[in-house]
Order: sequence, then C-alpha cells, then structure tokens
Amino acid sequence: MKILACISVVPDTTTKITFAENNTQFNTAGVQYILNPYDELAVTRGLEIAEANGGTLTIVHVGKAEAEPVIRKALSMGANEAIRIDADPTDAQYVAEEIAKIAVGYDLILTGRESIDYNGGVVCGMLGSLLGITSINVVTRIDYADGKFSFDRDIDGGRETVSCAGPCVASAQKELCEPRIPNMRGIMAARTKPLQVLAPQAAANFSNYASYELPVAKTGVRLIDASEAGKLIDILRNEAKVI
Amino acid sequence: MSVLVFAEISDGKFKKATYEAVSYGRQIADMLGSKVVAIVIGNGADASELGEYGAHVVKTISTSDSFTADAYAAAVNASANEVSASTVIISNTYTGKSLAPRLAQLMGASLATNVVSLPDTNNGFQVKRSVFSGKAFAFVNLQRDKKVIAITPNSFEIKSFGETAVVEAASTQLGSTGLNIDAVNKVTGKIPLTEAEVVVSGGRGMKGPENWHMIEDLATALGAATACSKPVSDMDWRPHSEHVGQTGITIKPNLYIAIGISGAIQHLAGVSSSKVIVAINKDPEAPFFKAADYGIVGDAFEILPQLIAAAKN
Repeated sequence: MKILACISVVPDTTTKITFAENNTQFNTAGVQYILNPYDELAVTRGLEIAEANGGTLTIVHVGKAEAEPVIRKALSMGANEAIRIDADPTDAQYVAEEIAKIAVGYDLILTGRESIDYNGGVVCGMLGSLLGITSINVVTRIDYADGKFSFDRDIDGGRETVSCAGPCVASAQKELCEPRIPNMRGIMAARTKPLQVLAPQAAANFSNYASYELPVAKTGVRLIDASEAGKLIDILRNEAKVI
Repeated sequence: MSVLVFAEISDGKFKKATYEAVSYGRQIADMLGSKVVAIVIGNGADASELGEYGAHVVKTISTSDSFTADAYAAAVNASANEVSASTVIISNTYTGKSLAPRLAQLMGASLATNVVSLPDTNNGFQVKRSVFSGKAFAFVNLQRDKKVIAITPNSFEIKSFGETAVVEAASTQLGSTGLNIDAVNKVTGKIPLTEAEVVVSGGRGMKGPENWHMIEDLATALGAATACSKPVSDMDWRPHSEHVGQTGITIKPNLYIAIGISGAIQHLAGVSSSKVIVAINKDPEAPFFKAADYGIVGDAFEILPQLIAAAKN
C-alpha cells in the first residue's frame, strides 16, 4: 500500500502575528516554524496504516528550502521518503494542483483538517476533485480492512461512519491518533532518507493576498464584583443586549 | 447571470447559517445587478420561505441521500450552469467546507473560505477572510470570473425582504457518490458550536468533569452551546469536539463566557472574534481579562450559582 501525507509548515501556535511592508506581508522575523499540528496526525496515522499493511509513506510539501528541517522531522517520525516541490505557493489552489501532479498511484492521501495559518481546509477536497477520487473531510478514525477504508468523520451536529475503496483522500482531525514523537534512531535515519526536490509546474493564479489587518483590540475590561455576579446577566441582557 | 446560494438543510430544516447565506447572496446580487437563486438539496424544508431572506428563485432537488461532497458538488455545479451563476455562496459549516473545494474545481472558480465581509468590487473582487485562526484578517483578490465564497456563520445579518420566491424543481438530479454512509450519529436538540449565538466555556479552573453540570446549567438557561479549553479536552473531561482555540474550533458567537480559562494566546485565537467576551477567573492577572469586555474576579463555584439563578429569572 502506498500512502501520501501532505504537510504544511506553519508558525508555532504561540506566535504573536504581525505584518510588515505596510501590512502586505506576514512578518516572519523571530517566528519559529513547526509541522502543522493536524498534518502531524496525518503523518502518524499514515505511518500506522502503512506499517500494519506492509506499505510505505511518502511526505509531500510545496514550499521553499527553509521547510526542510520540518520535512526531516516527518521523515524522523518514520516516513520512507519525501518530495518537496520548490515553490512559494500563492494559495491553496496552487498547492493542490502541484500535489495532484505527483499524487497519482497512491492508495490513500492524507492532509490535515486545515493549516493553522491560512485555515482554508480545502486542499483535501481540491485533490479529490483534481484526481477524480473520493474526499472525506475531518476524520477522527481511519481503518483499512478487506480492501476498504473506513472513517469516522465530523459532521454538523454529530459524527458519521463512512467507507470507500481507495484511492481516496482524507483530512485529519483531532482524536485521529496521538502524534508520534521521533526517537533518536528515527532522527539519525531521517538524515539519509531520500528527499526529492521537484520544480513546480506552472499552476494558474486563482487568488492573491493583497493585505492584512489585525483585529481591533478590546478597549478595557469592565469588572463586576464577585458578590454581585448576578448583575452580569442584567448587563448582558439590557446593556450589551446579547442575551 | 445570477448568484447561486447553496441552501443547506439539517434534519429537514434550514439552518440559521442558511438564511445568513441567502441574505449575503442577495446583497451581492444587488451589487452586481443580478438575481439570487437558492439551490436546496434534500427533503422537508419549506423552500418558499427563502424568498423572505432574499432569494428570487429556489431550485429544489428532492433526495433522501446523506451529504457527500462528490455528488453534491456535481449537482450544485450543474445547477450553477443551469442558471448561469458566476458566484456561489456557501456557509462555512462542515458540510459547506467539504463541498466548496470540489465545487470550485468543477467550476474553475476562485475560492475563499472563512469570509467575513461583503466583496469589494471597486477594483476587481476582494473579500476579507479570517486567517491565523482568528489572530488576523486577510484581504484576498479573487481573480477568476467565477467565484465560490464560503462565509463564516454568525458574521452576517439575516435580512428580511418580505418577498416570495418562485420554487421549481431543478433539472438536475443528485448523482452517484464514491462514499458509503454506514452510520450516522447526530446529537439532536443541541446547538452546533460554530452556529451558536451564545457559548459558555469552561477551563481547568472547573477542577474536573464532575463540575460540568454548572456549565451546562448556565448554558441551558441562556440557550447557549458549551465549549472548553484545550487542557480540558486533552484530559478527556470533555469531548474534543468542544475544544475551541487555535488547534480546535474557531467560533464567533455574540457572547462568549469563559469560566476558569486563563486566556493563553492559542485559546484567544479561537474566540477573539466573539462580539462580547466575559472572563471569570480567580486570578486577577489572568490574560483573559485583557481580551474581555466584562470580567469577574473570583471563585467560579461561588459565581456560577449566582449567574444560573439570575439567568433563569
């Protein structure tokens, strides 16, 4: 079985977001980059399924060379090989089109539910459509038996159990698994695992990010004495008018 | 030319987010001088009521099949062709987020999700979307002639137009899917977190799952959904589906009440778009107070009974 896990490299969750160049660029100064937390789940579960079924896991990332330490981390978790498509993606469409070009021939393709930077959550569905295969969003369980993949997926107000034959593409949600922590042997082995760098193939521009802004900061908190906490409900009802 | 709105149904009823999407679509149609067509896939909902919220025409596809992204995307794409729609509006729900990317591919459309503004068409077609899990916003130009826009629930007003829509069967049928739906487990009667107008949320300060009845009592009294912080879901006090924050769900209610949550940057990212924020914490230095509109410093176990009593009143 061949499994492909698509990863993004994102600012650490504790990052204070700021912008540069007159709010047209994300300010990368001092930012620590990590493997997107949902992609970490995709890599881990992909490895577990590959190991249980005598398969392999390939990592793919669309981005520049700065991402290589994070790609090596995914390799140190146990992935067999990695592909980096050497481009600075403009949007999710670009990422999906580049990945679709190398994703043929895999039985299962995994992404994270969304990247925690641009929060699109659309690469999974785009890949499904571009490759003409079934896409399953936000899955909390993936199992493989008798030639079929079975999933639990989050739906509005509940959960669904679904199944399909491969190839298919799914996006990882929390609860899918506990992220695997690389051990020393994995870290050593990752140094020599194959990391192929491919040139991008011109993908169309569908959208571009013109500028950014930060949310308006709160002007100050109005404190209510704990002994008269019930007053809060009155304020919310009659002043703020939100209940 | 028209604006097509995917009118999502849940349990045989339109969702509040669906009305928001229809009203949003109407405002775009008025800007572009075109008509709003709503597409309803499923049974049970009264399609004609969408006229009240801005739809001129409602097309219906009757089916008892559950949502699958591939079959629905094909049907919505066929409907978009049928009514020459250049713009399709979808709610950014789980269903909408599954549908939008497949639909955008079929249409060859630019796609924007998590959209929180009407488009600015003065110079191209630009929308504002939330990024960095609520820590910032981005202005994105959609360059294709066709656009798919997924709007964040609770971001737009439901408008009343007092009109009646023409309801007719779409010429499309729902086609086949590659996915088998084996079991559905829906929690009925509970407000979905992303669509709730009021959310009551508990953190580690609640000391254990056995105390959650107080959170639930307050939520029930306020007609609110319940949520929790990351440590609470990590310790399995509450299900992961209730975790709001950067690596959980991002929400945008009118009122967010945080009880016993310190307000780490990752948590604030997921809730900072709430219109009004209340922080209740025994630590006066808790960072949440800097991000809140109202605050109470004190013991949650003494404050909660007072709030529940006042809310029931």
